[in-house]
Amino acid sequence: MSKVHVSTIINDDTVEFLCESEQTLLDVLRDDLRLTGSKEGCASGDCGACSVIMDGRLVCACLLLAAEAEGSTIETIEGMANGSDLHPLQQQFLDHAALQCGVCTPGFLIAAKALLDRNPDPTETEVRYWLAGNLCRCTGYDKIVRAVLDTAAETRN
Amino acid sequence: MQYEAPTTVDQAVALLKNSGNASKVLAGGTDLLVQLRSGMIEPELIVDIKKIPEVRSILKEDGKFRVGAVVTGAELGEHGDLKAAWPGVVEAAELIGSTQIQGRASLGGNLCNASPAADAVPALVAAGAICMIAGPNGRRELPVGAICTGPGQTSLSPGEFVVSFLFPIPKPRSGDAYLRFIPRTEMDIAVVGVGIHITLDAENVCVDARVAVGAVAPTVLLVEESAAALVGTMVDDASIDKMIAAVRDSCDPIDDKRGTVVYRTQVAGVLAGRVCRIALQRTRRHE
Repeated sequence: MSKVHVSTIINDDTVEFLCESEQTLLDVLRDDLRLTGSKEGCASGDCGACSVIMDGRLVCACLLLAAEAEGSTIETIEGMANGSDLHPLQQQFLDHAALQCGVCTPGFLIAAKALLDRNPDPTETEVRYWLAGNLCRCTGYDKIVRAVLDTAAETRN
Repeated sequence: MQYEAPTTVDQAVALLKNSGNASKVLAGGTDLLVQLRSGMIEPELIVDIKKIPEVRSILKEDGKFRVGAVVTGAELGEHGDLKAAWPGVVEAAELIGSTQIQGRASLGGNLCNASPAADAVPALVAAGAICMIAGPNGRRELPVGAICTGPGQTSLSPGEFVVSFLFPIPKPRSGDAYLRFIPRTEMDIAVVGVGIHITLDAENVCVDARVAVGAVAPTVLLVEESAAALVGTMVDDASIDKMIAAVRDSCDPIDDKRGTVVYRTQVAGVLAGRVCRIALQRTRRHE
């Protein structure tokens, strides 16, 4: 079976790859492009550890065939910091200790970025609903929610 | 497995026709990818219909909304005019999954996955939405309620797929609503879902009603007896109670981890009452 040729923009770089039709976008990101920040948790769209932003929409990379990404613009966790300067969300996650084992963290950061890109002043309820598709078994969520709210407040000021 | 992303309806139909039963239509993929990866399905061909403009747009034709089959929940929620016309349909679609799922999941996929608990389907049935279907023998229209024939089963013939949904023009004094019950607030599958659409005349008498219930039978039920209990009344408490009783009579649910037969039947009635009162309130939303 011939491979599928896919052209994308990932974290502002033009990226072309060849993939098998069965491969998910997450498979290609992690195994072929070596962008291993996005994690595979459940592989069924329940946990959000593989969250990426595709054409401005938050999606699960495990629920997309890589071939579907043709022509799309993708943001992953690897593009979030500017060199060694952390994104404000990353810094607030550190300051709040909003992570323990860290497996869910890239997904939470990308999901939170997608929220603040759309809504710079979310309520706590809005943050909790927006992040309902990201599971964390360590923190109990409170620290994550506070980190997102404080980032929003900091960015607005 | 081969992946194809045709850019016209005719190309998609040709691909599906030539592959017979060995192909699957890919919309948002939030159900299909899970089935693929668990080995539940092993298609030889995936036909991704998202590159077809007609399948991804929301248009207004002679005052009627035509919504492409792969328009996502997030896009429906952001469409102010559609939300104003059919709030129940949009709120049902927006209940499906998380933010991530909302970015992909579609009305067409939710319908054709044919889960008895699909959130969008009772609202679509209540709204009286019509499916435009394309296939090897041309196009045909079917009411949404005629698509699912059982869990995971549809009445679509090989080579056919749903292109779009056509909604009637909402009458001036009409309103629709959808509620589902789940044991948590997000990210779960409906124990019961109820969609209701009602229309009143100038004297506040109900002239039309459609009551659709999900997750209480192998397919979504359109409960005629519930509609009959409302039509000709002022949708007062006594009529709503009769409508609720008819909903409970129609329920034929399964016992499973989400709810027993008794529980689902009870909850279906409670939800129907609440949904009816929201729909009633919305009949006045343009005044």
